[in-house]
Order: sequence, then C-alpha cells, then structure tokens
Amino acid sequence: MADTPILLHQNQYHQLKAVLARLRMDSAARVVFLVDKDGQEIAAQGEIGNLDTTSLASLAAGNVAATGGMAQLIGEKEFPTLSHEGERESIHISVIGRLLLIVVFDERSTLGLVKLRSRQVSQQLLAMIEEITQAGLDDHDSPFAGITDEDIDSLFK
Amino acid sequence: MTFINYASREINCKIVYYGPGLCGKTTNLQHIFEATAPQARGKLISLATETDRTLFFDFMPLELGTVRGFKTRFHLYTVPGQVFYDASRKLILKGVDGVVFVADSQEERMDANVESLYNLEENLRAQGYDLMKLPYVLQLNKRDLPNIVPVEDLAAELVRKAEPVVEAVASSGAGVFDTLKAVAKQVLTELRKS
Repeated sequence: MADTPILLHQNQYHQLKAVLARLRMDSAARVVFLVDKDGQEIAAQGEIGNLDTTSLASLAAGNVAATGGMAQLIGEKEFPTLSHEGERESIHISVIGRLLLIVVFDERSTLGLVKLRSRQVSQQLLAMIEEITQAGLDDHDSPFAGITDEDIDSLFK
Repeated sequence: MTFINYASREINCKIVYYGPGLCGKTTNLQHIFEATAPQARGKLISLATETDRTLFFDFMPLELGTVRGFKTRFHLYTVPGQVFYDASRKLILKGVDGVVFVADSQEERMDANVESLYNLEENLRAQGYDLMKLPYVLQLNKRDLPNIVPVEDLAAELVRKAEPVVEAVASSGAGVFDTLKAVAKQVLTELRKS
C-alpha cells in the first residue's frame, strides 16, 4: 500500500544523525547513510567528501527493490541484508522496515564488524522511524498550508 | 512519497515518467539534464542495455527552487518501457508523487500506448495508488513525425481524467519543460491540500 510521507523535524533528524555517528565509530566505517526504500536520502554521517549521496541513495534503493523482487520469486519475503565487496571499498545494506541502512567501509573495518554493529542498531532505528512516521500522521501543520498559487508559479519563472 | 526534512528545510518528491518502449521517456530526462544549470541538478543515472534501452531506470534529481523557505527537490525517474520489464516498472512506481505518461504519437504505436496506460493503472493499483487521485500529465510526444495520430484522436483514446495534455518533441526539447512544470505544480498543489 502507498506509504505515508516522512516528516522529519529537527530534533528527530539530529537524533538519527547521532545514532549514525555512533554506528560509524563503532563499525570503523567510512560513511553511514539512512535511506528510504523509495530512494530518498534521510541522513548521512562520515567522510562524505565528493560522494554523490543522492545517486547512491537512489541506486541502493533500486538494488534492494530488484533483489527484493528476486527474493519473492523464490519464496522469500526479502533479503534483509546485501553486501558488495570491492577491492578497496565495500558496501553493506540492511533493510530496516521502510528504511535502508547503508554502510560504506574500507580496510579499516571488516564485513563481520559492520554486520554486527548494523544489527545492534537496527531495533533502535526501527523504533525511531516508527515514532517519526506516527508523528507525521499526527502532524497536521504542513509547511505548505499557507502557500499560494503565486508561490508555486514563482518556481517556474 | 514526499519527504519533508524540517532540519535541512527540504522537500523531496518523486515523479515517474511512464510509457511504451521508445516513446521518449529517457529523452525527456536527457533534455532536462542538458538544459538545467549544474547547480540545480544532480547526475543523470541511466541503467541501460548496451543498445541504450532502459534496463532498470533512469534517475535525475532536480532542484526547482525555494518556496516558503523550503528547497523543493524533485527526483525524476523513468521506467523501462519494453513489455517484458513489467516487474521492474512495478518497483520504480513505489513512492511516486506524480506521473507523466509519455505517449508515442505514431499511428503504429497506438496499441502500445493503450497497453502501457492500462499497465500503469494496474501497477499503480497494485501499489495502493489511484491514478484518478494522483498528480498526472499526459505528454503526446513525437509530434514532429509524419505518420502521427491527430491530437484529438490521441486524447480521446488516452485521456483519463481531464489531465493536462502537452504536445512535445522531446528530441528537440519542445514541450519537455511544460510537461515537467505541469506535473510539478500538481504535486505541490496536492501537498498544500494535504
């Protein structure tokens, strides 16, 4: 069914970032992302540099969507984790409810450590996003409530 | 699915370009990419075959501007149009906020248009969406070719709910931004209502 929109307030955003920062430190990772299954980047922490996080988020979501489709064809609900190992950099993706936790790591860490730390933090993240989703359903103050047709038209001048 | 980040003052929406194979979905995105200033867009990601047919999706983030202090970003996606990629099309529609149906105006592609539109409605329904309630624009592409169906006949066959109908020649860019503006306005208006 169609998902409800995500409304992320400042304190929630900082809480998520704090969890990601802790995960990054504990797993000795290079970058940690939280991405919605639709491909929207929610939060990121780490040595982002010139990394195109928007494209990475979209591709990761596509990756999970495609392998999720494959899983269902063979009778599985989904693959809860995906790992891609490169020569120097690797990526580990965990599916946490409607979110993807993406950890990019190099020789400073190991897949085992990343998997362990990701699993340890997944319940906390799940609870946080459920709270955010529920808060979004209860929140009737849209930032767009007062916008006018002129406001929208001005975007296209 | 709209994502509003109050901390970074950003609103993100997803628009999907749909239509039969070779109708011009990717061409639409390519033109938007080439015609938009680099600071207002990200990379154009195209997951395609060796013969440049879309295999999984094309993706491009676009920043339209700021409204009420919020940066409005649209994530543009295309689906693969060939019939046998239906499983992939279903996945890409997930979280959609607005749809553009790109119709191929050529006479010999009329059946393909109808089949693809039916497929869109089915796949939206499977994801819990109703085309009648979704921001939606119909683009009639390839209006420059000689063997095309008149606009009135195409509209009679393809219009679903008095949606905006935009004539286009995506290969030259004609109608591409009009289409994008039409669907983006609907998405933002819908946000205001909700």
